[in-house]
Amino acid sequence: MELVILSGKGGTGKTTVVAALSELSGGAVRIDCDVDAPNLYLYYQGDDIDQDSFYGGLKAIIDEGRCIGCGVCEQICRFDAIRLPMIDGFSCEGCGACVLVCPQHAIRLVDEKTADTFITKTDTGIISRARMEIGSDGSGKLVTFLRKNSKQFEPDNSLTLIDGSPGIGCTVISSITGADAALIVTEPTQSGLSDLKRILELTKHFDLLTMVCINKYDINEEMSKKIEDFVREADIPMAGKIPFDKTVMVALNQLRPITKFNESPANKAIVRMWDCITKHLSDECGYMHKYPSL
Amino acid sequence: MVYPARQEEFKLNIAVLSGKGGTGKTTVSTNLALAMNRNYVDCDVEEPNGFLFLKPEVTARQVVTVGVPDIDKAKCTLCGACAKVCRFHALAKAGSDIVIFEKLCHDCSACKLVCKEDALSYRRRNIGIIEQGISRGIECSAGILNVGEPMAVPVIKELLSKLQNKDYLIDCPPGTSCNVVNTLKYANAALLVTEPSQFGLHDLKLAIELVKLYHIPFGVIINKDDGDENFIKEYCKENQIKLLGVIPYSQEAAKAYSIGCILYDKQPYTQIFDHISMVIKEAL
Amino acid sequence: MIVAISAVGKNKNDNLDGRFGRCECFHIIDTEKSNLRIMSNKGAASGGGAGIAAASQLIEEGVDVIITGSLGPNAYELVEKSGIKAYSCDMVPVQEAVKMLEKNLLTPIKKAGVAHHGISG
Repeated sequence: MELVILSGKGGTGKTTVVAALSELSGGAVRIDCDVDAPNLYLYYQGDDIDQDSFYGGLKAIIDEGRCIGCGVCEQICRFDAIRLPMIDGFSCEGCGACVLVCPQHAIRLVDEKTADTFITKTDTGIISRARMEIGSDGSGKLVTFLRKNSKQFEPDNSLTLIDGSPGIGCTVISSITGADAALIVTEPTQSGLSDLKRILELTKHFDLLTMVCINKYDINEEMSKKIEDFVREADIPMAGKIPFDKTVMVALNQLRPITKFNESPANKAIVRMWDCITKHLSDECGYMHKYPSL
Repeated sequence: MVYPARQEEFKLNIAVLSGKGGTGKTTVSTNLALAMNRNYVDCDVEEPNGFLFLKPEVTARQVVTVGVPDIDKAKCTLCGACAKVCRFHALAKAGSDIVIFEKLCHDCSACKLVCKEDALSYRRRNIGIIEQGISRGIECSAGILNVGEPMAVPVIKELLSKLQNKDYLIDCPPGTSCNVVNTLKYANAALLVTEPSQFGLHDLKLAIELVKLYHIPFGVIINKDDGDENFIKEYCKENQIKLLGVIPYSQEAAKAYSIGCILYDKQPYTQIFDHISMVIKEAL
Repeated sequence: MIVAISAVGKNKNDNLDGRFGRCECFHIIDTEKSNLRIMSNKGAASGGGAGIAAASQLIEEGVDVIITGSLGPNAYELVEKSGIKAYSCDMVPVQEAVKMLEKNLLTPIKKAGVAHHGISG
């Protein structure tokens, strides 16, 4: 059972929610697909039990000894990546057009390292995560790898939580692919609503159980109501509403999940939301939640 | 190796970026654009929100297109060379057909190069739009990627290629991905927006690493500041990074943002942004 | 008849993998000669277009039948145009899937599954 947590825009509190839900689930496997800002692991004093280099693409390189500087490659490159005798690795998309036209056979494509990947073992299970090379793109291949990498270490875990990438692009699509359900964390703002609409269009493509949660809903109750109305009309279940709560920032800066703060109103709301989520998961996806032995 | 875009003429373009999403990049860019009287460009084409605040009257709309191969069946001998050469699997041979998957195409022309029969040509297809307008005397432009389109870079490139010899404030995509890299090529100074949280600091460090590659001056703006000596301020001091300004946290600001209001219209924010604007002009 | 089955591993007793484009490998069985070849799925290693890469690989291998969970729209289009028959099967051991095929117990895939794969990389 894979639940992916998404937010169209960044900063809505997605990672806070993932950390809390993972505590409540009692040791879900966590996959941090938010590869541009992989913050989930900061919560844990974990050990990296596995580390690897990830080669996410191809890049052209020039053998300067062979290059005669004719410039045919510069002209053919659609990505403006070549200024002889150099190739800008950030612009090169590895298409190989330059390789085809070079009369001197001076250009070849090589595998490009785009990230380091880690399996981090924590008190409450593993996190599969990556650290991107600066300027590299989190590709669908990387996200797929992170998901697969987690299975290798805990193949039979009943729940996997995926901290999805922001936006609606390539990596998001790969974080949704094959998931059973999605929880979208939004906030009661104009941008929150507009991004929510965009991401719902995407989850519709994927035919998966989608739920919505409004974080800091009381910052603007009017806008929250607008979002709720929109969600109801789209026939999508509301999983919960989390109030603005200063404890969240306190918890974050102590790097402790909000669930460690029993009296926090945000925590209470997330606990209620978790009940609602597990109910939907069991009703519609056949998920049987095993409560952690206390 | 990084080099700026082939735009010899651009003046002082300031890029606003943040490692982390939701730090207030758009708040800072829209308000500063007004305070500095600079033209505003929204390059966050996957989630373009700047116009929600600036509310420009849109005067021009232009579609952004990319090339995609078209096969002349009369000439095609089904040799399959085009499908083999395509690194993106945008072409595949199946039965008596070469099938084209246009969303996977990077418009690189490799297929056309290898076609011995000259059966391949390129046609254009839409992947997004660019909107332009005027708000309070500043020119505003934004790129909007169509939902379901995987590649944002062509929209960003098209948007930035329209920049003229004027001063711009560029609202970047979040993160440190190739979308940001492509945007930064057009910048000659950068503002890094962060917030005083552990996540904020973690992602700020990534953004600093990125900006340093470009050898352009940069400084930090702390949004949702708590007024105290926080670890972002300490980090800036320790690493001799310019702190260009702080925007205090307030429920009122959060509310104004939530309904798409411009903070700059209200005190104390007018003063705050005017001050930051002055500091930027001196520092960058 | 040459049958390709998407599988979770390279052991001949491994289970069928419900994913097509991103499965670990394909077991290719020639039912007349009853020999078995196992090959890595090229799709698994590709950044984008995994289903397309996997389908192209099997088309090139000249397979007649594919057994998998479901096919994404891109892979489906290629498989259909190439005249390969595709059947849907649960995650049973690979050899079991072949027996089910021979006994006519499998459902033909008549349409593409959800657009999970192939919108992008």
